[in-house]
Amino acid sequence: MANKSNNSPLVKKKTMRPVTKQNLITYVMVIAVFTLFQTLSATGNLKYAHKALLVPVCTSIIMAVSLNLVVGVLGELSLGHAGFMCVGAYAGSFFSVLTEDVITVSWLRFILAFVIAAVCASVAGILIGIPVLRLKGDYLAIVTLAFGEIIKTIVNALYIGKDADGFHVTLDSTKLNIAADGQIILKGPQGITGTPKDSNFVVGFILIMITLFIVTNLMDSRTGRAIMSIRDNRIAAESVGIDITKYKLMVFTISAALAGCAGVLYSHNISTLTATTSNFGYNMSILVLVYVVLGGLGNIRGSIISATILYALPELLRGFSEYRMLIYAIILIVMMIVNNGTYFVKIKEKIFYNFSSKIKKDKKEVI
Amino acid sequence: MALLEVKNLGITFGGLKAVDNFNLTLEKGALYGLIGPNGAGKTTVFNLLTGVYKPTSGTFMLDGKEMKGKKPAEINKAGIARTFQNIRLFKNLSVLDNVKVGLHNQMKYSTVAGIFRLPGFFKTEKKMTEKALELLKVFGLDEHADTLASNLPYGKQRKLEIARAIATNPKLLLLDEPAAGMNPNETNELMETIRFVRDHFDLTVLVIEHDMSLVSGICEEITVLNFGTELAKGKTDEVLKNPEVVKAYLGQ
Amino acid sequence: MKFLSQLISGISLGSIYSLIALGYTMVYGIAKMLNFAHGDVIMIGAFVIYTLCVTAGLPTIICVLIAIVFCTLLGVTIERFAYKPLRQATSLAVLITAIGVSYLLQNVALLIFGSDTKSFTSVVTIDPISFAGGELVISGETIVTIIVSVIIMIALVIFVNKSKPGKAMLAVSEDKGAAQLMGINVNGTIALTFAIGSALAAIAGALLCSTYPALSPYTGAMPGIKAFVAAVLGGIGSIPGAMIGGIVLGVIENLSKGYISSQLSDAIVFAVLIVVLLVRPTGIMGKKINEKV
Repeated sequence: MANKSNNSPLVKKKTMRPVTKQNLITYVMVIAVFTLFQTLSATGNLKYAHKALLVPVCTSIIMAVSLNLVVGVLGELSLGHAGFMCVGAYAGSFFSVLTEDVITVSWLRFILAFVIAAVCASVAGILIGIPVLRLKGDYLAIVTLAFGEIIKTIVNALYIGKDADGFHVTLDSTKLNIAADGQIILKGPQGITGTPKDSNFVVGFILIMITLFIVTNLMDSRTGRAIMSIRDNRIAAESVGIDITKYKLMVFTISAALAGCAGVLYSHNISTLTATTSNFGYNMSILVLVYVVLGGLGNIRGSIISATILYALPELLRGFSEYRMLIYAIILIVMMIVNNGTYFVKIKEKIFYNFSSKIKKDKKEVI
Repeated sequence: MALLEVKNLGITFGGLKAVDNFNLTLEKGALYGLIGPNGAGKTTVFNLLTGVYKPTSGTFMLDGKEMKGKKPAEINKAGIARTFQNIRLFKNLSVLDNVKVGLHNQMKYSTVAGIFRLPGFFKTEKKMTEKALELLKVFGLDEHADTLASNLPYGKQRKLEIARAIATNPKLLLLDEPAAGMNPNETNELMETIRFVRDHFDLTVLVIEHDMSLVSGICEEITVLNFGTELAKGKTDEVLKNPEVVKAYLGQ
Repeated sequence: MKFLSQLISGISLGSIYSLIALGYTMVYGIAKMLNFAHGDVIMIGAFVIYTLCVTAGLPTIICVLIAIVFCTLLGVTIERFAYKPLRQATSLAVLITAIGVSYLLQNVALLIFGSDTKSFTSVVTIDPISFAGGELVISGETIVTIIVSVIIMIALVIFVNKSKPGKAMLAVSEDKGAAQLMGINVNGTIALTFAIGSALAAIAGALLCSTYPALSPYTGAMPGIKAFVAAVLGGIGSIPGAMIGGIVLGVIENLSKGYISSQLSDAIVFAVLIVVLLVRPTGIMGKKINEKV
């Protein structure tokens, strides 16, 4: 008994906890990959087409990690994550275009754009969080999908201009009534043009590190345990006094804010921001969900790896040009069946059992 | 004043009276049993007392405070903790973290302190770990602290559930069939543990159990439920001899 | 008159949504999965008709029948190879696989037919009928869509409630394990459900592209999503729910297009869904499920 208690965390205070170690590996991995590509890019060893992928990959990673907080950590299925990105992208771009002449220090303006986008996206997160409290499973999934589509449709119909009288907001372009010296910032389906191109790989990297810091520390804290307890067993969590409403809303808010920041990164990397099915529609939300599921639910490092590979994969398959999305689809289906199919799971268990039966025998004593 | 005062509690599911006119008074420190055949409404009583179901009639008070209509989390904060018949652990969390979730409202620091690793985080986490390990030790689970809850053997999962419930610092502990699936040795050990935690943590315990050796071994008094209504009530050995009770269990 | 005309075309559009939603809801009821690829089966069905009519010049009715058979086989094949291996997997794994199948179908169509939009020739040859001296004109497509949908729905309700395989479907959706113990061929029943759903999708494809004659590999996606919304609105798993949900959705969509804003009509449709689910969390006809504690 005395020997065994050496294993308890209380005694091995000095050694690193497994969670901390895992998180550290993730940080090191991200830093290493960043350094590699930054060097390649700086020394001119990266093709232009590949260089153009760097910021979008960062966006995908942030989207995947923040969605994993909802799907993997809280255990709720969301199909509207791109909607939050959309809110953030538009809020950030709007702010940057509006203040481009006022705030001339670009980094300060960019930081403010992130803050404003995060706030706007988290308000959207709270709005969607309310139905979340009443709905479960597939019903929740369809509501989040609907919510994302609503956001996309509204920004596509919205016109906002500014002149000496202040802001003019309308859904009908003929009724904007803007003075001749005014400026139309958001032009309905034409979106926002002229967003300063402030995003780059370094900003993307910093944003990934901030996201990682927030998400991993949150998971490894009192709040994170409460969230995961809701995922594992809602009724038991309530029975030990966990306030389900509070934590669900909190997760949706944080996740939305991070997605909003990803939106700013995205919108400050392109010249014309428009909302289409492929960037802010349910297609995008589903794509991000695929990253999360293939990377492993609740597995942050997995999300980063799968977002990187799966985003880059179709681009790297350009050699096969027209077959690339077909190959992508087949890879996706095959991976899901191999990972989750009854037949394959049985085979894996068998292999694993043969491999580990020896270890298990030794462990039986303890049990 | 009694710790728990249940008056005429009842619930109807689509015309069926699952529990009807249930009354119970528990003094502080009592170890009370709730028995009855399958489907008698025992677990429903627990679900009513913990706010999982809203009663259609009657009231219940803990320490003189009205509890009816409160949400499960509020009722737990007020001082009622429970275990479940079909074990409900946080399967993907470690044994230690399961108990730490139980300590959630006992030792606090803000989410911001957690994310930014402010001093409160380290201080409170350390205290939480110590307290949780102390609790696990009572149930002989401290050596499994880092094991995933789902990897524990069945008997230990039941114990972990009790430890988690006690971590919430309750006044009243509701145990739903704690000995289910245990062998006689384990049951005996469990009886010791229940008595110990009652004394050590200053608890009042209400237990649902089918294992009569456990019931007669630890419960001072019991209530027998049948078809949602009270069949008998009183000192354990007397009630168990009651011919009505024997008939309810063995049939006509 | 404008209102009546909008209402009727709304009902017509809604009937198409209902037909698609029936596929969603039946598959959900029986296999507890969201078949995201269902919308793309509609598109495949429409392409089969397009190819046969334009290139082979076969009579319309033959084209439609071949498309129905083709989609039925396609649905059963998808079920056999993509979903059946995942019977025991989590619903999320099945959902992602369905998304993969959806990508697959879209990209196969893209490879064969290219990304440009084809103009679909209507399968309906009935002349429009005008009322009130030409103020209210109902197109042949609208008439056929409504009539065909009503016939199919009645037939489906009779099939499910009266026939042996239909009752087997109800039993499997209620409790797979118990149905198996009662000697019901569960795998066969699930395959049959996919077959019926896909056949309905082919018909929906023919009707949809006759009314809105633009056909591309992405044609099925949005109607698929809307039909999915309709199924949830009606209470997913419920056959009458899918019919009601589809028609309600179609009418709301058309009326908001006519009276509020054609751009915002999608947003309005989705907002209605959210409001309905807030009031009735399991949809109009959905059953309330209580978790056992």
